[in-house]
Amino acid sequence: MNINVLHLSLTPAAFMLFALVLTMGAYFFASYLHRKVHHPLANPVLIAILIVCGVLYLLHLPYETYFSGAQAIHFMLGPATVALAIPMVRSLEHMKRGFVGMVLALLAGSVVGMVAGYGLVRLFGGSQMVALSMLPKSLTTPIAIGVSQSVGGQPSVTVAFAIVAGVLVAVSVDAALAMMKIAEPAARGLAAGTAGSGLGASRVIPQHPVAAAFAGVAIGANGFLTAVLAPVVVPLLKHW
Amino acid sequence: MAVLRAFFFLLLFQMIGEVLRLVVHLPIPSPVIGMALLAAWYMLRKREPEPALQKTADTLLAWMGLFFVPAGVGIMTDIALLRSAWLPIMISVVISTFLTLAVTAWVMQRFGKSAV
Repeated sequence: MNINVLHLSLTPAAFMLFALVLTMGAYFFASYLHRKVHHPLANPVLIAILIVCGVLYLLHLPYETYFSGAQAIHFMLGPATVALAIPMVRSLEHMKRGFVGMVLALLAGSVVGMVAGYGLVRLFGGSQMVALSMLPKSLTTPIAIGVSQSVGGQPSVTVAFAIVAGVLVAVSVDAALAMMKIAEPAARGLAAGTAGSGLGASRVIPQHPVAAAFAGVAIGANGFLTAVLAPVVVPLLKHW
Repeated sequence: MAVLRAFFFLLLFQMIGEVLRLVVHLPIPSPVIGMALLAAWYMLRKREPEPALQKTADTLLAWMGLFFVPAGVGIMTDIALLRSAWLPIMISVVISTFLTLAVTAWVMQRFGKSAV
């Protein structure tokens, strides 16, 4: 029997139901695993992505079909990003006091992310298209897509890199910052948001309200800064 | 009901962001504009957000990871390219991500001390 026929016979509503149950089920199972195993590699987002990929592969379902069903979950990223304003308001006093350091840290993170991302791909023999797609990978997905397009990268490839970078930060932020002896919630949130955007910060956001506030600022500000700086930095990088 | 109204409030600010983005041609996505506007709204009124809004925001943020899964699964469409240039890709994504994380955290800890 051709298993591909399965999804053709489903109504859109039934298919949406399947996509939602699959995605949420995978995520809840992954969260359960995360609580049991206590290992950073058991990151719920990473495990859930792998489970869904596996199921789609086994059922021969194309990604576009799955995504059209799982849109509702993807849509929630919008209001969740707006909701980052709430921890920001709560941490207003922290933000005022650390303002200069915050701006310096954001500038440094934005430039390092672009230059190192582009430069390392070129240094190890990758094409310019891959390097330009790598350049905005730390940005929040909607901004990353826009910057990738405007500098001559491939947006879908940028999204793939952004996921890898985000998962990497989510999985390793605790160990990496512990190694550097950085325990301040402000620095943790700002760094995770700058390097790994929302996905990277999803690890530190529930840990501390101040970390959540600075992560929110970092996601918005790094996207904004990099979108503004990229048109200046990219010609210099290409020249080199 | 209070939670639904709070959710509507978030959607409303995202929509204002979308309208602004289209009208002013801002290169920033609508949720990020909505986030900035909502933060400004409470900072200017010098008021704490309503408890229902705080609760709704906390719940959404606690489940943020789930919302990334559908986009994350998209990685399966780029497997061929990722495989063909895996070495420069892996080196760059790993090292540049850690460099960004480390530099941002270090500068913030060094110059943003008073934030704590």
